[in-house]
Amino acid sequence: MDKDARIALFQQWFSDNIPHSKALGLKVIGASRGFASMQLEWREELVGNPETGVLAGGPLTAMLDGCCGMSVATMLKAPEPFATLDLRIDYVRPAEPGKPVIAEAECYRITRSVAFTRAFAHHGDAKDPIAAAAGTFMLGTKGKPTRPPLGDKS
Amino acid sequence: MSALLERLAEARKEGNVARLAEAIPYARWMQIAPENGTGELLTRMRFHPELIGNTFLPAIHGGTLGAMLEMAAIFHLLWETETETVPKIVNITVDYLRSARPVDVIACAKVTKQGRRMVNVFAEAWQEDRSRPVATANAHFLVKSDADAPPSL
Repeated sequence: MDKDARIALFQQWFSDNIPHSKALGLKVIGASRGFASMQLEWREELVGNPETGVLAGGPLTAMLDGCCGMSVATMLKAPEPFATLDLRIDYVRPAEPGKPVIAEAECYRITRSVAFTRAFAHHGDAKDPIAAAAGTFMLGTKGKPTRPPLGDKS
Repeated sequence: MSALLERLAEARKEGNVARLAEAIPYARWMQIAPENGTGELLTRMRFHPELIGNTFLPAIHGGTLGAMLEMAAIFHLLWETETETVPKIVNITVDYLRSARPVDVIACAKVTKQGRRMVNVFAEAWQEDRSRPVATANAHFLVKSDADAPPSL
Protein backbone atom coordinates (compact mmCIF):
# COMPACT_ATOMS: atom_id res chain seq x y z
CA MET A 1 0.00 0.00 0.00
CA ASP A 2 1.47 3.38 -0.92
CA LYS A 3 1.77 6.36 1.44
CA ASP A 4 -1.27 8.26 0.17
CA ALA A 5 -3.52 5.20 0.28
CA ARG A 6 -2.39 4.46 3.83
CA ILE A 7 -3.04 8.06 4.91
CA ALA A 8 -6.50 7.95 3.29
CA LEU A 9 -7.32 4.74 5.14
CA PHE A 10 -6.21 6.12 8.51
CA GLN A 11 -8.07 9.36 7.77
CA GLN A 12 -11.21 7.28 7.39
CA TRP A 13 -10.62 5.23 10.56
CA PHE A 14 -9.21 7.91 12.83
CA SER A 15 -11.15 10.97 11.76
CA ASP A 16 -14.08 10.47 9.38
CA ASN A 17 -15.52 7.49 11.30
CA ILE A 18 -15.03 9.08 14.75
CA PRO A 19 -17.72 11.73 15.24
CA HIS A 20 -15.69 13.89 17.65
CA SER A 21 -12.54 13.81 15.51
CA LYS A 22 -14.65 14.68 12.51
CA ALA A 23 -16.29 17.54 14.41
CA LEU A 24 -12.82 18.91 15.25
CA GLY A 25 -11.84 18.47 11.59
CA LEU A 26 -8.76 16.36 12.34
CA LYS A 27 -6.75 15.62 9.23
CA VAL A 28 -4.36 12.66 9.13
CA ILE A 29 -1.12 13.82 7.50
CA GLY A 30 1.24 10.97 8.34
CA ALA A 31 0.95 7.25 9.07
CA SER A 32 3.79 4.77 9.23
CA ARG A 33 4.79 1.97 11.58
CA GLY A 34 4.77 3.38 15.14
CA PHE A 35 4.12 6.89 13.92
CA ALA A 36 1.03 9.08 13.45
CA SER A 37 0.61 12.72 12.51
CA MET A 38 -2.50 14.91 12.41
CA GLN A 39 -3.37 18.51 11.72
CA LEU A 40 -6.02 20.71 13.36
CA GLU A 41 -7.10 23.99 11.76
CA TRP A 42 -7.62 26.96 14.08
CA ARG A 43 -11.22 28.07 14.34
CA GLU A 44 -13.23 30.39 16.55
CA GLU A 45 -15.33 27.64 18.19
CA LEU A 46 -12.21 26.00 19.62
CA VAL A 47 -10.92 29.14 21.34
CA GLY A 48 -10.52 29.26 25.12
CA ASN A 49 -9.74 32.94 25.42
CA PRO A 50 -11.76 35.12 23.03
CA GLU A 51 -9.57 38.16 23.70
CA THR A 52 -6.38 36.52 22.50
CA GLY A 53 -7.86 33.88 20.17
CA VAL A 54 -5.71 31.20 21.82
CA LEU A 55 -7.11 27.66 21.49
CA ALA A 56 -8.54 25.99 24.60
CA GLY A 57 -6.67 23.02 26.02
CA GLY A 58 -9.53 20.66 25.14
CA PRO A 59 -9.07 20.46 21.37
CA LEU A 60 -5.36 19.74 21.88
CA THR A 61 -6.21 17.03 24.43
CA ALA A 62 -8.64 15.36 22.03
CA MET A 63 -6.19 15.63 19.13
CA LEU A 64 -3.24 14.25 21.11
CA ASP A 65 -5.39 11.39 22.45
CA GLY A 66 -6.49 10.54 18.91
CA CYS A 67 -2.99 10.84 17.48
CA CYS A 68 -1.40 8.70 20.22
CA GLY A 69 -4.16 6.13 19.66
CA MET A 70 -3.48 6.09 15.95
CA SER A 71 0.23 5.50 16.57
CA VAL A 72 -0.77 2.39 18.55
CA ALA A 73 -2.96 1.21 15.69
CA THR A 74 -0.01 1.38 13.27
CA MET A 75 1.84 -1.15 15.48
CA LEU A 76 -0.86 -3.81 15.69
CA LYS A 77 -0.18 -7.05 13.85
CA ALA A 78 -3.90 -7.70 13.59
CA PRO A 79 -6.77 -5.27 14.15
CA GLU A 80 -7.70 -5.28 17.84
CA PRO A 81 -9.76 -2.89 19.98
CA PHE A 82 -7.91 -0.74 22.54
CA ALA A 83 -8.68 2.16 24.88
CA THR A 84 -6.80 5.04 26.50
CA LEU A 85 -5.64 4.15 30.02
CA ASP A 86 -4.11 7.51 30.88
CA LEU A 87 -2.95 10.64 29.16
CA ARG A 88 -0.67 13.37 30.48
CA ILE A 89 -0.37 16.69 28.73
CA ASP A 90 2.15 19.45 29.41
CA TYR A 91 1.07 22.77 27.97
CA VAL A 92 4.49 24.27 27.36
CA ARG A 93 3.36 27.45 25.61
CA PRO A 94 0.12 28.89 24.21
CA ALA A 95 -0.89 27.96 20.67
CA GLU A 96 -0.68 30.93 18.31
CA PRO A 97 -4.08 32.23 17.14
CA GLY A 98 -5.01 31.50 13.55
CA LYS A 99 -2.30 28.90 13.02
CA PRO A 100 -2.94 25.20 12.38
CA VAL A 101 -1.60 22.78 15.00
CA ILE A 102 0.29 19.64 14.03
CA ALA A 103 0.49 16.63 16.34
CA GLU A 104 3.12 13.92 15.96
CA ALA A 105 2.81 10.76 18.02
CA GLU A 106 5.07 7.77 18.44
CA CYS A 107 4.21 4.38 19.87
CA TYR A 108 7.63 3.41 21.24
CA ARG A 109 6.73 0.20 23.04
CA ILE A 110 3.91 -2.29 22.73
CA THR A 111 3.31 -5.35 24.90
CA ARG A 112 0.46 -7.88 24.93
CA SER A 113 -1.65 -5.69 27.23
CA VAL A 114 -0.32 -2.14 27.10
CA ALA A 115 1.02 0.28 24.49
CA PHE A 116 3.18 3.29 25.43
CA THR A 117 3.13 6.47 23.39
CA ARG A 118 4.47 10.02 23.42
CA ALA A 119 3.51 12.99 21.30
CA PHE A 120 4.23 16.64 20.63
CA ALA A 121 1.99 19.36 19.23
CA HIS A 122 3.59 22.27 17.36
CA HIS A 123 3.05 24.84 14.60
CA GLY A 124 5.40 23.26 12.09
CA ASP A 125 8.67 23.23 14.03
CA ALA A 126 8.79 20.13 16.22
CA LYS A 127 11.68 21.72 18.20
CA ASP A 128 9.34 24.48 19.39
CA PRO A 129 6.39 22.55 20.86
CA ILE A 130 3.07 23.88 22.16
CA ALA A 131 2.27 20.75 24.11
CA ALA A 132 3.85 17.42 25.00
CA ALA A 133 1.88 14.29 25.76
CA ALA A 134 2.45 10.81 27.15
CA GLY A 135 -0.34 8.27 26.77
CA THR A 136 -0.75 4.62 27.62
CA PHE A 137 -3.33 2.35 26.04
CA MET A 138 -4.91 -0.89 27.14
CA LEU A 139 -5.07 -3.47 24.37
CA GLY A 140 -7.72 -6.12 23.83
CA THR A 141 -10.61 -4.10 25.24
CA LYS A 142 -14.27 -4.46 24.34
CA GLY A 143 -15.63 -3.32 21.02
CA LYS A 144 -14.67 -3.31 17.41
CA PRO A 145 -11.06 -3.22 16.17
CA THR A 146 -9.82 0.33 15.83
CA ARG A 147 -7.43 -0.29 13.01
CA PRO A 148 -7.97 -0.56 9.30
CA PRO A 149 -7.12 -3.95 7.82
CA LEU A 150 -3.94 -3.00 5.98
CA GLY A 151 -3.12 -4.72 2.74
CA ASP A 152 0.56 -5.23 3.57
CA LYS A 153 2.63 -6.07 6.65
CA SER A 154 3.57 -2.53 7.69
CA MET B 1 -8.85 37.38 30.03
CA SER B 2 -10.76 40.34 31.43
CA ALA B 3 -14.03 39.35 29.69
CA LEU B 4 -14.09 36.17 31.72
CA LEU B 5 -13.29 38.03 34.96
CA GLU B 6 -16.06 40.54 34.16
CA ARG B 7 -18.40 37.62 33.55
CA LEU B 8 -17.25 36.16 36.86
CA ALA B 9 -18.19 39.38 38.67
CA GLU B 10 -21.63 39.40 36.97
CA ALA B 11 -22.15 35.71 37.73
CA ARG B 12 -21.30 36.29 41.39
CA LYS B 13 -23.71 39.23 41.61
CA GLU B 14 -26.52 37.15 40.10
CA GLY B 15 -25.47 33.97 41.93
CA ASN B 16 -25.59 32.24 38.53
CA VAL B 17 -22.36 30.40 37.85
CA ALA B 18 -23.58 29.12 34.46
CA ARG B 19 -22.74 32.53 33.00
CA LEU B 20 -19.02 31.75 33.21
CA ALA B 21 -19.25 29.37 30.26
CA GLU B 22 -20.74 32.08 28.03
CA ALA B 23 -17.38 33.83 27.75
CA ILE B 24 -15.56 30.73 26.46
CA PRO B 25 -16.27 29.77 22.83
CA TYR B 26 -14.96 26.22 23.28
CA ALA B 27 -17.18 25.64 26.34
CA ARG B 28 -20.23 26.78 24.35
CA TRP B 29 -19.31 24.56 21.39
CA MET B 30 -18.78 21.55 23.67
CA GLN B 31 -21.88 22.36 25.76
CA ILE B 32 -19.78 22.35 28.93
CA ALA B 33 -21.10 24.61 31.69
CA PRO B 34 -20.88 24.89 35.47
CA GLU B 35 -23.97 24.65 37.66
CA ASN B 36 -24.45 25.30 41.38
CA GLY B 37 -28.02 24.14 41.88
CA THR B 38 -27.12 21.60 44.53
CA GLY B 39 -24.96 23.87 46.65
CA GLU B 40 -21.85 22.25 45.25
CA LEU B 41 -20.20 23.48 42.07
CA LEU B 42 -20.57 20.86 39.37
CA THR B 43 -19.67 21.05 35.69
CA ARG B 44 -21.87 19.31 33.16
CA MET B 45 -21.05 18.29 29.59
CA ARG B 46 -24.36 17.79 27.82
CA PHE B 47 -24.41 14.76 25.61
CA HIS B 48 -24.58 15.49 21.90
CA PRO B 49 -23.61 13.15 19.05
CA GLU B 50 -20.40 15.04 18.24
CA LEU B 51 -18.88 13.81 21.53
CA ILE B 52 -18.78 10.20 20.36
CA GLY B 53 -15.34 8.62 20.01
CA ASN B 54 -16.39 5.01 19.50
CA THR B 55 -19.53 4.42 17.45
CA PHE B 56 -19.52 0.68 18.07
CA LEU B 57 -19.86 0.65 21.88
CA PRO B 58 -20.92 3.56 21.66
CA ALA B 59 -18.70 5.68 23.95
CA ILE B 60 -17.77 9.32 24.43
CA HIS B 61 -14.31 10.34 23.11
CA GLY B 62 -11.64 10.29 25.84
CA GLY B 63 -10.31 13.64 24.71
CA THR B 64 -13.63 15.29 25.52
CA LEU B 65 -13.52 13.82 29.06
CA GLY B 66 -10.05 15.32 29.54
CA ALA B 67 -11.34 18.62 28.18
CA MET B 68 -14.35 18.73 30.50
CA LEU B 69 -12.26 17.78 33.56
CA GLU B 70 -9.94 20.66 32.71
CA MET B 71 -12.91 23.04 32.35
CA ALA B 72 -14.36 21.75 35.65
CA ALA B 73 -11.05 22.57 37.37
CA ILE B 74 -10.99 26.08 35.84
CA PHE B 75 -14.61 26.82 36.81
CA HIS B 76 -13.89 25.57 40.33
CA LEU B 77 -10.82 27.81 40.68
CA LEU B 78 -12.71 30.85 39.35
CA TRP B 79 -15.78 30.33 41.49
CA GLU B 80 -14.48 28.84 44.74
CA THR B 81 -11.14 30.58 45.18
CA GLU B 82 -10.19 34.24 45.41
CA THR B 83 -8.45 34.24 42.06
CA GLU B 84 -7.77 37.59 40.43
CA THR B 85 -6.40 36.16 37.22
CA VAL B 86 -7.66 33.44 34.93
CA PRO B 87 -5.87 30.23 35.94
CA LYS B 88 -3.35 29.09 33.35
CA ILE B 89 -3.07 25.35 32.90
CA VAL B 90 0.43 23.91 33.15
CA ASN B 91 -0.34 20.22 32.84
CA ILE B 92 -3.03 17.62 33.33
CA THR B 93 -3.00 13.85 33.78
CA VAL B 94 -6.22 12.04 33.00
CA ASP B 95 -6.95 8.47 34.11
CA TYR B 96 -9.64 6.68 32.14
CA LEU B 97 -11.53 4.31 34.40
CA ARG B 98 -14.58 3.23 32.41
CA SER B 99 -15.96 3.87 28.96
CA ALA B 100 -18.37 6.80 29.04
CA ARG B 101 -21.81 6.08 27.65
CA PRO B 102 -23.72 8.52 25.40
CA VAL B 103 -25.34 10.52 28.21
CA ASP B 104 -24.36 13.69 30.13
CA VAL B 105 -21.07 13.73 32.03
CA ILE B 106 -20.83 15.57 35.36
CA ALA B 107 -17.59 16.62 37.06
CA CYS B 108 -16.54 18.05 40.37
CA ALA B 109 -13.14 19.51 41.27
CA LYS B 110 -11.29 20.23 44.48
CA VAL B 111 -8.07 21.98 45.33
CA THR B 112 -5.51 19.53 46.67
CA LYS B 113 -2.91 22.20 47.36
CA GLN B 114 -3.13 25.95 47.02
CA GLY B 115 0.24 27.61 46.66
CA ARG B 116 1.00 31.26 46.11
CA ARG B 117 1.56 30.82 42.38
CA MET B 118 0.68 27.19 41.71
CA VAL B 119 -2.48 25.23 42.48
CA ASN B 120 -2.90 21.46 42.32
CA VAL B 121 -6.46 20.42 41.48
CA PHE B 122 -8.14 17.01 41.45
CA ALA B 123 -11.24 16.48 39.32
CA GLU B 124 -13.56 13.53 38.93
CA ALA B 125 -16.19 12.81 36.25
CA TRP B 126 -19.15 10.45 36.39
CA GLN B 127 -22.42 9.80 34.62
CA GLU B 128 -25.51 8.45 36.39
CA ASP B 129 -23.70 6.96 39.39
CA ARG B 130 -21.26 9.17 41.24
CA SER B 131 -19.65 6.17 42.93
CA ARG B 132 -18.60 4.86 39.49
CA PRO B 133 -16.37 7.59 38.01
CA VAL B 134 -15.56 7.38 34.30
CA ALA B 135 -12.39 9.48 34.54
CA THR B 136 -10.29 11.40 37.07
CA ALA B 137 -7.62 14.04 36.57
CA ASN B 138 -4.88 15.90 38.39
CA ALA B 139 -3.86 19.28 37.04
CA HIS B 140 -1.53 22.17 37.88
CA PHE B 141 -2.50 25.78 37.25
CA LEU B 142 -0.55 29.01 37.55
CA VAL B 143 -2.78 31.48 39.37
CA LYS B 144 -0.58 34.54 39.61
CA SER B 145 -0.41 36.95 36.69
CA ASP B 146 2.99 37.45 35.07
CA ALA B 147 2.90 41.16 35.84
CA ASP B 148 3.26 40.75 39.59
CA ALA B 149 5.33 37.59 39.56
CA PRO B 150 8.87 37.87 40.88
CA PRO B 151 11.67 37.82 38.28
CA SER B 152 12.04 34.25 37.11
CA LEU B 153 14.86 32.22 38.66
